[in-house]
Amino acid sequence: MTTKTTLIETPAGPAKAMVLNMGPQHPSTHGVLRVVLELDGEIVLSARPEIGYLHTGIEKSCESKTYSQCITLTDRIDYLAPLSNNLGFCLAAEKLIGIEVPKRAQYIRVLLTELTRITSHLVWLGTHAIDLGAMTVFLYSFREREEIMKIYEYVSGQRMMTSYFRIGGLALEPPPDWLDRVRRVMDALPGHIDEYEDLLTQNRIWMARTKGVGCLSAEDAIAIGASGPLLRGSGVAYDVRKAFPYSSYDEFDFNVQTQTAGDCFARYQVRVAEIRESIKIVRQAMEKVTPDGPFRAEAPGIIPPSREEMKTSIEGLIYHFKIFTEGFAPPPGEVYQAIESPRGELGVFMASDGSAKPYRVKFRAPSFVNLQSLPKLCEGRLIADVVACIGTTDIVLGEVDR
Amino acid sequence: MESQEIGKNAAVQKLRDWDNEAVAEVIEFRGETTVVVPQQHLVRAAKFLASEPSLRFTFLSDLTTVDRFPMEPRFEVNYHLLSIERVLRLRLRVRVTGPEPSVPTVTSVWPTANWHERESFDLFGIRFHGHPDLRRILMPDDWEGYPLRKDYPVEGFR
Repeated sequence: MTTKTTLIETPAGPAKAMVLNMGPQHPSTHGVLRVVLELDGEIVLSARPEIGYLHTGIEKSCESKTYSQCITLTDRIDYLAPLSNNLGFCLAAEKLIGIEVPKRAQYIRVLLTELTRITSHLVWLGTHAIDLGAMTVFLYSFREREEIMKIYEYVSGQRMMTSYFRIGGLALEPPPDWLDRVRRVMDALPGHIDEYEDLLTQNRIWMARTKGVGCLSAEDAIAIGASGPLLRGSGVAYDVRKAFPYSSYDEFDFNVQTQTAGDCFARYQVRVAEIRESIKIVRQAMEKVTPDGPFRAEAPGIIPPSREEMKTSIEGLIYHFKIFTEGFAPPPGEVYQAIESPRGELGVFMASDGSAKPYRVKFRAPSFVNLQSLPKLCEGRLIADVVACIGTTDIVLGEVDR
Repeated sequence: MESQEIGKNAAVQKLRDWDNEAVAEVIEFRGETTVVVPQQHLVRAAKFLASEPSLRFTFLSDLTTVDRFPMEPRFEVNYHLLSIERVLRLRLRVRVTGPEPSVPTVTSVWPTANWHERESFDLFGIRFHGHPDLRRILMPDDWEGYPLRKDYPVEGFR
């Protein structure tokens, strides 16, 4: 590939700008992102993200699997928010088939996806702080994340690749005392967030590294297609949970957090405020989740029968066998289902041709779109600010490249 | 829910009133509206939908392609529009014939389409003419073939 090098004026006459490859193996690019920087001294003249190093062809793989089998692939797209991806995929498939999930399962889904938002934002906060030289916050935030990972493990049996949401509901009934564990973590968390804020919000180095850095105006953010905290940090109050409520989000009381500055500090404030909002939602969900009730819908031929039924009734056995060998065939058509993942609008476009395998699945990955804003954020600024800008776009390369 | 339905149909009606030829077909499925737009009217219709004060589809959520091989026209390019102000969604669809499919770019209307179109070019081989920087984005630059096409085997050519 040929690149045109910019000429810059120097006292000794025109000279070629220096081209620097940042990544793909660079600790602060959060994975395998390569940014081609053109530099004039320490000033960034142009930044061009080059992606694809983690492309695994998940969308192609989905076309050769049944709908249920695809769920395990979705975990691997955004590995910091596996449950959000599960939810997006399941909701799209449920929309395509046209089944309603029981309220109890919807509330459990809300509760767990909000926990996912908290863990994802905690990882972001820790890694972003370490990028900018604040080691302590990283250690603290991973301590809290670990507690939530233990809840995942307790509920679904897996820490990271949970695959806990299934088409029509959940994989299994959560253990009886899981809500007590959630409550314990949620009681401790607000105090811990105060600790992070004590360490960062008024910290002079933190402010110098983030305030006025990486500014994005509301118009630019919309034009570039940014969503999630990147868009809300620029003052646009768009949140899929409010605009197009799914999974009973309309029954929850929470606020969309926005800041108007549009810089790295604003995005930091939005994310920290979102952790607090998520705690609020989790508390409300804990009230709503009843100890017993159905955890998946009744839809013979689509949702597997209970173990008891499979062992004792002939219909149950047949359905069980058919679902796990052939899958089920939704009617032909296309749907687009968007959810608010921790990084922004995660859209799942699903096309069915009436067979048991999806004809086409497309994941509208928020990281992929948000990363497009990088040149806008860091051109004309110092090379050290590039690290802060990559950090606050909060990209996950698994999701960028899919 | 109901008000959204009315709103969506209003968007289709607005488009019809503006230029009836820009609406080739309207598909309703699961509460989502798809407007099939003839290729030559795509950019005009996009500009209209983005600027019309009562619609303001200023945000392009997603752009994606479906390969209907061996049917012709083979490709469907889907544009998922979002109006943040009016809380509306709408899908535009353009049908394209293969094997050298070509569509006008919408980057002039929605700059976010830049990478989306590069992705569709990379994985489906759709040429978006007028695109400022049409290169492969996910696959290596020297890759041969378009992996998401239906005549491309899942395990690749061996």
